[in-house]
Amino acid sequence: MAENSLSAPAPKLSPGLRASLPVLVLLVAGFLAPLVTVAAYAFATPKSFDVFRSFTLQNFAAIFDANNTVWTSFVWALALAFACVAILLVVCYPIAFGLNKVFGKWSGLVSVLFVFPLFVSENVRLYGWVLFFIKNGVLDGALKWLGFPGGPDLLYTPGITLFGMVYVYLPFMLFPMTLGIAMIPRDLVDAARDLGASRLMIWREVELPLAMPGILIGALLTFVLAAGAVAEAKILGGQSVITITQDIEVAFTYAQNWPMGSALALILVLIVSGLALTAMSRLDLDKILGKR
Amino acid sequence: MQTVGRTRTHFLIRAWTAFVVLAIYLPIACGALAGLSKGRYFSFPIRIFSTEWWGKTWDSFEIHVLVQNSVLIALIVTVLSVLFAFFGALAFARYPWKGRRAFQRLLLLPIFFPQPVLGLALLLWFNALGISPSWKTAVVAHLVWIVPVVTLVIAIQVFSFDPVLEEAASDLGASRLFTLRTVTLPILWPGIWSGALFAFLLSWGNFPLSLYTAGADSTIPKWLYSKMVAGYTPMVPALGTMSTLTAAALLLGGGLVRVLLKRRSELRAREG
Repeated sequence: MAENSLSAPAPKLSPGLRASLPVLVLLVAGFLAPLVTVAAYAFATPKSFDVFRSFTLQNFAAIFDANNTVWTSFVWALALAFACVAILLVVCYPIAFGLNKVFGKWSGLVSVLFVFPLFVSENVRLYGWVLFFIKNGVLDGALKWLGFPGGPDLLYTPGITLFGMVYVYLPFMLFPMTLGIAMIPRDLVDAARDLGASRLMIWREVELPLAMPGILIGALLTFVLAAGAVAEAKILGGQSVITITQDIEVAFTYAQNWPMGSALALILVLIVSGLALTAMSRLDLDKILGKR
Repeated sequence: MQTVGRTRTHFLIRAWTAFVVLAIYLPIACGALAGLSKGRYFSFPIRIFSTEWWGKTWDSFEIHVLVQNSVLIALIVTVLSVLFAFFGALAFARYPWKGRRAFQRLLLLPIFFPQPVLGLALLLWFNALGISPSWKTAVVAHLVWIVPVVTLVIAIQVFSFDPVLEEAASDLGASRLFTLRTVTLPILWPGIWSGALFAFLLSWGNFPLSLYTAGADSTIPKWLYSKMVAGYTPMVPALGTMSTLTAAALLLGGGLVRVLLKRRSELRAREG
């Protein structure tokens, strides 16, 4: 995409292109180039470092081999991401609606309360949940103190991994959704009501379609981030679930098999970016971010 | 009847939001508690409170190095990303140019990308270039993710900016630089300030990118993670809480400055 704008015949650069140059250079050198390197490594001889000098499909052959169970990691990652998006849609919709139409002058403060956790690293917040759910932790200890037999054993399960993902990615769903709901003109809802539409009908026929771009961005963003999540499965899930990013990480670190890690990463990136690009091509960013 | 139903819905929305906010801050509170208990191992209810672990964390030389690394990285990332993002936001929102839609989409890609995978990809790339990872490469990694975010933050401000003002200034004979200094920047300050705040805080709290691209240098989140995985000490929640409080203080102070900036720019707009 960057090449598109760069190769345009421009004897004198337009002010827009000139202003975009620093960011373009950064993204080409810091984002596209690393991805090209990953793609190149994916076709290098397994367990070697001779990137750009060898070409083989052995890594992919190994991944698609019937005896290889790595596909379970893909399934886990995508299934967890899908469930995470579904839960977040339900959790965030009332809050996003409230931020637009209910909280009034408090909505600024409420937004800040939801933004702030983004600035605390996810491992600190996830570790807080470990302290909450662990044996003799806050939940277990409090229940015992109250005379109950003790808390349930929730830690180190797939369920708690999903919980951690929902927790960490909540703001990424909430804010695009809030922007989306802000795009619903109030007059339109009032008009529909005056014409006798029921609440459900207004929601389904007026509000939802108008808010859809924002909701879609939120869903996409959380899906992509959740599909690449690893900290939740490690810290809360205690590796009861191995996600694909963890397999990639192991290949890069302990196994020292960079070509294999790259091949896995390439497949993940293709799945994720395929989704992201299709959905993004339908969106008008000017409108969502508030261009008049 | 309509209004009764509405009040009830609004009550439910408020209650649900309050519940979710509490859930969001619960683990942070748990960490704060664990850092303030006396024992080597955490158990609840806490028998004896003490600031022993806070003191130990505060005095530790190892921690001082971590804090220095984190602050240094975050400061450099803030300055650079605001510079990049200021022009990026103008390209994103101000000028109608041919490649704009493509540029907008390219800019979003690093945000729509799993950070651990981005970190590993950068590690490969640095290795292919023959650069050994250190805090400097972590700065680059942070920039790749943070510049797009800051660009969006500033772009939102640019969208609300009327280009006619700039044109009027140049019609009246102001030079490009003079227009930038006296018209464009004052109007965009609140957005730039928010962007800078976001840049610092996102870099300060970033874990996945630092994990893979900082090499032997450690940052606060990276060190915390290594101790969580092997060798828990109450210094982990203590340092985590300190780091959270720092971020909160910065956000609060930054928010106040933003309110002042906004008031000033509105005042100036009214006078002008």
